[in-house]
Amino acid sequence: MTVEQLIKAADLKPIALPHPERELDGAYIGDLLSWVMGRARENNAWITIMSNSNIIAVATLADVSCIILAEGVSPDGGVTETAMARGVNLLSSDKSAYEIAREISKLGL
Amino acid sequence: MQEHLVFRFEVNGEDFTSAGQASVQVKKNLRQIGIDPETIRRVSIAMYEGEINMVIHAGGGIAEVGVYDEYIEIVLDDHGPGISDIDKAMQEGYSTASDNIRSLGFGAGMGLPNMKKNTDSLEIFSTVGVGTKIVMRVNYK
Ligand SMILES: Nc1ncnc2c1ncn2[C@@H]1O[C@H](COP(=O)(O)OP(=O)(O)O)[C@@H](O)[C@H]1O
Ligand SMILES: [Mg+2]
Repeated sequence: MTVEQLIKAADLKPIALPHPERELDGAYIGDLLSWVMGRARENNAWITIMSNSNIIAVATLADVSCIILAEGVSPDGGVTETAMARGVNLLSSDKSAYEIAREISKLGL
Repeated sequence: MQEHLVFRFEVNGEDFTSAGQASVQVKKNLRQIGIDPETIRRVSIAMYEGEINMVIHAGGGIAEVGVYDEYIEIVLDDHGPGISDIDKAMQEGYSTASDNIRSLGFGAGMGLPNMKKNTDSLEIFSTVGVGTKIVMRVNYK
């Protein structure tokens, strides 16, 4: 499934969507950047409540297909522009990380 | 002697918000020259952790990445406070990071363990009050 399809199916809000066509194959939930770096797999959706610009570097290096900000968290100043410039898909949702993961799971991932 | 590609970066210790840029650039460069994805992934993780450590614990430093025939070598050199007990620093969960730094998502105490896990060799040379030099190698897959 692509990030664009996920947005529609799980009712997520795109904040920056430079690569809607990116495939995803699962999810990782976490806010501690070293855990995400070490454990998130390539093409995972990364669900977090961290909103500072460091999430963009981590998403780039871990090669996740998108970041999903949970709990209605909005990105810090400049993060949206950085995501766009670095080609990182950044989405948000008012739902909790658990609820977002459930939505993704319902889609068969 | 054969010429080898070496990328060199000055890592700024003042700006936490742009931390990781050297690692992001290295990843891009390694992709361009056709290094295999698994090697790139391991180099990215190890270098990011080392780069972040230089920023949050040592006030910045120099990062060099060399592309050799058998492996990629990452050398991180700083003039920070040094590490007094390296065995302790290597333990999962051990961190001296401040609350301020933790609030950004750093300070999980998993950086050095991640570096160890994702490299084929990791050497730490550190002198308290002088600085820290870390040399890591990742063999191609
Ligand atoms: N370059 C460095 N200079 C000084 N101290 C360091 C350096 N790198 C690591 N350390 C020390 O080792 C500890 C463990 O490092 P690490 O495993 O990366 O965890 P974290 O960075 O989350 O604290 C740090 O909290 C710090 O005390
Ligand atoms: Mg660290």
